[in-house]
Amino acid sequence: MPALSTAHSVVAPSSTSRWIAGTIVITYAVITMIPLVWIVLTSFKTPPDSIAYPPKVVFEPTLEGYCNLFTTRTRQPPEYIASLPPAEDVCDEIARSRNMVIAGPSNVVPRFVNSIVIAFGSTFLAVLLGTLAAYGFSRFKVPLKDDLLFFILSTRMMPPVAVAIPIYLMYRELGLTDSRLGMILLYTAVNVSLAVWLLKGFIDEIPREYEDAAMVDGYTRLQAFRLTVLPQAATGIAATAIFCLIFAWNEYAFAVLLTSGEAQTMPPFIPFIIGEGGQDWPAVSAATTLFLVPIFVFTILLRKHLLRGITFGAVRK
Amino acid sequence: MAEIRVENLHKSFGTFTAVVESNFTVRDGEFFVMLGPSGCGKTTTLRMIAGLELPTSGRILLGGEDVTFKRASQRDIAFVFQLFALYPHMNVRKNIAFPLVSQGMPKAEIKAAVQEAARLLRIDHLLDMPVSGLAGGDRQRVALGRAIVRRPKAFLMDEPLGALDAEFRDMMVHELRGLHDRIGATTVYVTHDQMEAMSMADKIAVMNHGVVEQFGTPQEIYDNPASTYVADFIGSPPMNLLPCEAALQPGATEIRLDGRPIAIPRLAEAAGSIRLILGARPEHVRLVDEGGLRAEVMGVEYLGTTQIVTLSTSYGLVRARVSSGTTVRRGETPGLVFKTERLSLFDGANGRALRTTTSAGIQPGGANG
Repeated sequence: MPALSTAHSVVAPSSTSRWIAGTIVITYAVITMIPLVWIVLTSFKTPPDSIAYPPKVVFEPTLEGYCNLFTTRTRQPPEYIASLPPAEDVCDEIARSRNMVIAGPSNVVPRFVNSIVIAFGSTFLAVLLGTLAAYGFSRFKVPLKDDLLFFILSTRMMPPVAVAIPIYLMYRELGLTDSRLGMILLYTAVNVSLAVWLLKGFIDEIPREYEDAAMVDGYTRLQAFRLTVLPQAATGIAATAIFCLIFAWNEYAFAVLLTSGEAQTMPPFIPFIIGEGGQDWPAVSAATTLFLVPIFVFTILLRKHLLRGITFGAVRK
Repeated sequence: MAEIRVENLHKSFGTFTAVVESNFTVRDGEFFVMLGPSGCGKTTTLRMIAGLELPTSGRILLGGEDVTFKRASQRDIAFVFQLFALYPHMNVRKNIAFPLVSQGMPKAEIKAAVQEAARLLRIDHLLDMPVSGLAGGDRQRVALGRAIVRRPKAFLMDEPLGALDAEFRDMMVHELRGLHDRIGATTVYVTHDQMEAMSMADKIAVMNHGVVEQFGTPQEIYDNPASTYVADFIGSPPMNLLPCEAALQPGATEIRLDGRPIAIPRLAEAAGSIRLILGARPEHVRLVDEGGLRAEVMGVEYLGTTQIVTLSTSYGLVRARVSSGTTVRRGETPGLVFKTERLSLFDGANGRALRTTTSAGIQPGGANG
């Protein structure tokens, strides 16, 4: 029943206006997608193809970028390479064709694991703390509530990098530099203010009667919170989690300053790839492509909640 | 099922006092209605009985046991909210089963209990529906189902019909009373709607500014209001209140208005001052051609079987309910005669009813049992 579903316009849109709207949306989508597509394409090019001018749109795909990303290689004389037993896999073959042999794995896997652990860990903590704090602020008489909420918000009023030096000094004293725990704590601290404010809005919208009803029906407050508030706040929690995750996943400045080895995340690692043995754009693109995957998957998993979450509160139920 | 006893219950929020020293007892199996305008403290009282608010002072006894400081979850009472508070992420069956799950009841028993409650409310066919798709009346039935499913000590209902359309409301008034008659549960019902209160209640407490103004059966409250506030709040149109001055002694049987004697029920106590208020329900005012209190007809409101005539007197406007067969025209100047034994007399200084031989049984708030 298409006539009933157009709730916002009295008249169903004409085919012309639909066509125009469709064109605009698709054009915009294509424009925003071009850089992403280009990155993915570049990751399958050979290094010469990646810097060819005019740029190559049609090319022969290769895994060289990915091989270079995951391995370290050393240049050897052709005689030595010829003396080796036959190549074991694709990467071996590609390396030998460039007069190199694979020396060992690169740092990309541990860096990627660092990113996953730190981003998801800090997101989990920020959302957990944010949900509990938001519930408290929403439901209880907290002394100096408004001042506390303002204080929490004020931590976001200056760019986080402005406090980079003090935090660096603090972390050095505490032995938290270049540790996953340190990075998780830092990103949690930055994200928790956002989480409290976003989630307080969502929880404010959930009538207290649900908890009252559950408590009268024999549940404790914590059970009532878990059984009635959490399911209804799921949308807001999902939206908040995505915002927190995107921040923690993309964060560059603190990561450069505070991590160098053990706990280094992907954002400061990717630029390093450029320097290793010439400008290896396919390897950089391969790293970037892999870097996009977790956020992509997470967002798709939660997109139903996210769409509702972003418009939540705009319309009264 | 249990008796609910409220003793000297007091609640303030900072400087605002919501409930002032309330006392009342709801007998086992009684349908008790707290009636008053919004902000009069009736919902706060109900929430204190439920354990959702803590009283500032006073005691609440449930079946003889002091539960004043017990958690809501330990009181074994059911609460029906104005906005139903049905959990939107559960279907009808899960909503009704929710209070039983907390008690750890076996699944088969829960199923049977839910089925029984649903049958009682005639919503068995809706059990597997999501609650979001239900009509207002059905939502209310589900909320009631959740309340009756575990046979609690008492039902507390906070304006449960307030969010319903008029057509559902009339239907639910009868269903609620019918349900109460079938399961006989002690019920405390909060409303601002006097029609709901009058048609359902065994006992009514009329509240105003946190004070119980009067406690009694619907008929007692209608016939013998304990204060001008109750007189004005109950009845549609409300009781006519005529401020007048007279020095009356106990035993007095008449009062002079415009120099004419008006017979009143025999006064049982002395008035505190000479400022008095005479109260007469519109149906106890008659229009006569000769004699009576002089009045001029200002307007006539036709209601079908009766009509409401608004008259201007030297004591203010008076409304009379007369049969619609009588022809009354604007500008006419009939005399007003009152039905003596149904008149009320109030102290003009504090609005309290003066005791007369016909109103000996009235129970103002504060002292009753």
